[in-house]
Amino acid sequence: MSGAGSHLKNFDYSVVQQCMHCGLCLPTCPTYDDTRLERHSPRGRISLMRAIADDRLEVTRVFGEEMYFCLGCLACMSACPAGVNYAELFEHARAEVERTRVLQSPKRSLIRKLTVAWLFMDLRWLRFVGRLLRLYQRLGLQRLVRASGILKLLPARLRELEAMTPTILPRFSAELIAPITPPVGPKRFRVAMLTGCVQDLIFSDVNRDTVEVLAQNGCEVVTPPRQFCCGSLHGHNGEPELARTLARRSLDLFPPDQFDAIISNAGGCGSHLKHYARLLHDDPQYLARAREWDRKARDIHEWLIEIGTRPPLSAGQPPQTVTYHESCHLSHGQKITSQPRQLLRLIPNLTLVELPESNWCCGSAGIYNITQPEMAGKLLSRKMGHIRATQAPTVATANSGCLLQLINGAREHRVDTRVVHPISLLAQAYRRETPANTVLRP
Amino acid sequence: MPLAAPILQELGQLLGPDQVLTAKEDLIPYSFDGTAALREMPGCIAFPTTTEQVVQVLQLANRQQIPVVTRGSGTGLSGGSLPSPDSIVLCLVHLNRILELDQANLTLLAEAGATTQAISDASTAAGLFYPPDPGSMKISTIGGNVAENSGGLRGLKYGVTRNYVMGLEVVLPQGELLWTGNKCVKDVAGYSLKDLFVGSEGTLGVITKVLLRLIPRPAAKQTMVATFAQMDQAADAVSAIIAAPIIPCTLEFLDRTTIGCVEDYARIGLPLDCEALLLMETDGHPAVVADEAAQMERICRAKGAKEVRVARDEAEATRLASARRTAFSALARVAPTTILEDATVPRSELAKMIRFIQEIARKYNLRIGTFGHMGDGNLHPTCLTDERNQEEMHRVELAFKEIFAEAVRLGGTITGEHGIGVAKKSFLPEFAGDAQMRVLRELRRTLDPKQILNPGKLFDPS
Ligand SMILES: Cc1cc2nc3c(=O)[nH]c(=O)nc-3n(C[C@H](O)[C@H](O)[C@H](O)COP(=O)(O)OP(=O)(O)OC[C@H]3O[C@@H](n4cnc5c(N)ncnc54)[C@H](O)[C@@H]3O)c2cc1C
Ligand code: SF4
Ligand code: SF4
Repeated sequence: MSGAGSHLKNFDYSVVQQCMHCGLCLPTCPTYDDTRLERHSPRGRISLMRAIADDRLEVTRVFGEEMYFCLGCLACMSACPAGVNYAELFEHARAEVERTRVLQSPKRSLIRKLTVAWLFMDLRWLRFVGRLLRLYQRLGLQRLVRASGILKLLPARLRELEAMTPTILPRFSAELIAPITPPVGPKRFRVAMLTGCVQDLIFSDVNRDTVEVLAQNGCEVVTPPRQFCCGSLHGHNGEPELARTLARRSLDLFPPDQFDAIISNAGGCGSHLKHYARLLHDDPQYLARAREWDRKARDIHEWLIEIGTRPPLSAGQPPQTVTYHESCHLSHGQKITSQPRQLLRLIPNLTLVELPESNWCCGSAGIYNITQPEMAGKLLSRKMGHIRATQAPTVATANSGCLLQLINGAREHRVDTRVVHPISLLAQAYRRETPANTVLRP
Repeated sequence: MPLAAPILQELGQLLGPDQVLTAKEDLIPYSFDGTAALREMPGCIAFPTTTEQVVQVLQLANRQQIPVVTRGSGTGLSGGSLPSPDSIVLCLVHLNRILELDQANLTLLAEAGATTQAISDASTAAGLFYPPDPGSMKISTIGGNVAENSGGLRGLKYGVTRNYVMGLEVVLPQGELLWTGNKCVKDVAGYSLKDLFVGSEGTLGVITKVLLRLIPRPAAKQTMVATFAQMDQAADAVSAIIAAPIIPCTLEFLDRTTIGCVEDYARIGLPLDCEALLLMETDGHPAVVADEAAQMERICRAKGAKEVRVARDEAEATRLASARRTAFSALARVAPTTILEDATVPRSELAKMIRFIQEIARKYNLRIGTFGHMGDGNLHPTCLTDERNQEEMHRVELAFKEIFAEAVRLGGTITGEHGIGVAKKSFLPEFAGDAQMRVLRELRRTLDPKQILNPGKLFDPS
């Protein structure tokens, strides 16, 4: 494969070179921790990327597999003393794997076409599939199919996937949230709310809760019904062109100069959409807008702490014990660790118990649990073990992938715990204050 | 030339085929350690899981005269586990069990691949203390620590790895198994062979088990930071503290360049107009700690400290200590290549040495930040450079040559804790002198007649 157009050779070499191979990232890397093989460590992966940039190694199938064995959890970035930008390296490496097609197989191409290039490029299709699934689940077909034993005919992997299909909520965000939600009390800010893709399908209630909490804190919330995927899925899966297209669409839909902040409530999306300027660095038409967007993009927890959040009134708040699992892209990607905990502590009568290894990946990692079930399974059982040990009846986490993974984990490992988004707990607490305080009840 | 197929096959039979790696994608990640700008491709990576397997691999290697490079976690800073061309890299990370914690004798027995952190955690869990804390402890192996005789921040009061090694299980280069030492505090039967293997940098044998001494955990600790307008004031303060006599468990120092980088990176609120910062900690019985802390504060003020901050609680202690803990990170971010050295001088010569390093940085027009262990004279002049800039790398080389020469002239050493490896090999003969070099070579030849263990490291055969 020639170097022309190579995502690794044309990339700023000082980023790979920044790695001084000290090894301090090794103990925080879940794949190294499990295998103790350098190839499966951040340091090892970077050395392979560097070898490709240096022409000491071709882009091989093994390299491709390695880049997809990496969770992209970015724990290595939190540990790295030298400030190596692994997130960027990893995206370039996966793009290179796609460009050189070393992993190509008919099945893989089909799946990628279906998801990355189609379902998540135009969310109307995703919602359509969601509606079909919803029908399948609501008509009792799912129960019927599961009871019939017909699933036993499917290959084991497909059977597991069927069990993992999330429950599609009866209504998507656009049906729950008005395009413009007025603030409760005087208007302090005008913000845009990104409803996400998976989030919209399975956790539209979290979107509604987010809008409510924002309104409770003086924000006018703009939530256009037809939105676009932020492109993180594409960026993290070697499709930078598609990611760029989606970024431009979002910039058109939400001109950043019209908002005080652009809010996301999913850790994975937030970590991507704070870097549109990097993504569009060679697009003169969009670059200025992308820079302003990056300046204004906020994770919901980050924003709420920044503007000061009103604690819910304590009357009528039941005692509850909650533990908190950190989404990788919130804690390692965006370095947002204290804010979600601060918000939870604002809720009267809520006791927050720390989860051991709270920032260790749960194995969801985007679509990792589908592509690498074995490693994902190990991580999930480790996580569920810790959750069980806290004995907390509720675990809060702020990313759709993690929410889904933990819901499946609780079922699979028979851990009796409810999985919620921290913002939903806050929204519930506001709702308990007085019925009149509620905006937007569907 | 890669390793011959029959040899790889035999290795596979000894260890299991999936415990011997030869794919290029597997070898590249083992082609370096923590040392800047050194790289060499190994022939294969072998992962033993028992001492017996180590014995068999060494017998094979000895028979076939194949170089063997023992590796822990590859964090070494002198190129010690850098592969020899086409060698077997014997990686011990799967040999990582903690075998015994003996509360009656205050000892811990672990396999060599256990991490320093795991040993520290196991000791803490038993209410005990394993003091050596190299900056890499979260991942470095105890075998690597013993092989390098690693130090850490607590060297002044608690000593280094050697002071905690009570016994070792070692596989000799020809495949013979040896135990040296035991749980007795007193033991004078024969030469102290265990001390020969401490600091042997993977040349005299493969360490497979380590018996360590533990001590009671200190009950209290106090942390403080003092800043000084002049280097000599800080050095005077350190001398006065030790003459008091107080032996603090931490007595760390940052120079002006480092303070600037730390402040840029961590925003702790350090004054930027001072030449030296001291981080001091005393630990032990609460009453003694309180008394010593008060004395140290007084001494620093008397020696002209601009500011002394005493931690009021654990959280503030952690924040203050982070000034020192982030020093390396803060420097490493500034440039693509970070070269961390460990020239060491007697405590009394510290101020002179630090000034010399600053002059050299100016002379060669380099960015060198210095921090280090003021209590034990172990300095870390850290050069921020770019290995692609050959002209600058040449100046770096010249600068460090002068720095090492000065350290030796002041009665110090060319390496306080990182070892010779390949990085300082050329400096050793002059530093050690002819008689020492002859004994070192003869010792090595006696134990490893075919020169299979870590060839090319420390010194050449003749
Ligand atoms: C960020 C950073 C901070 C550091 N801080 C310190 C510090 O504060 N103090 C300090 O002293 N060092 C420090 N070091 C250096 C390094 O971590 C130590 O030398 C450490 O002991 C190496 O352990 P390792 O397991 O990585 O060994 P490796 O790097 O794998 O090997 C080091 C040497 O030991 C030999 N070896 C390893 N295991 C065995 C064995 N079982 N039997 C025989 N020989 C063996 C190898 O052949 C090699 O020569 C630091 C390094 C880094 C990257
Ligand atoms: S992103 Fe996660 S899995 Fe990948 S190298 Fe970093 S720590 Fe390891
Ligand atoms: S911690 Fe950073 S510099 Fe060190 S090996 Fe990992 S990525 Fe490289």
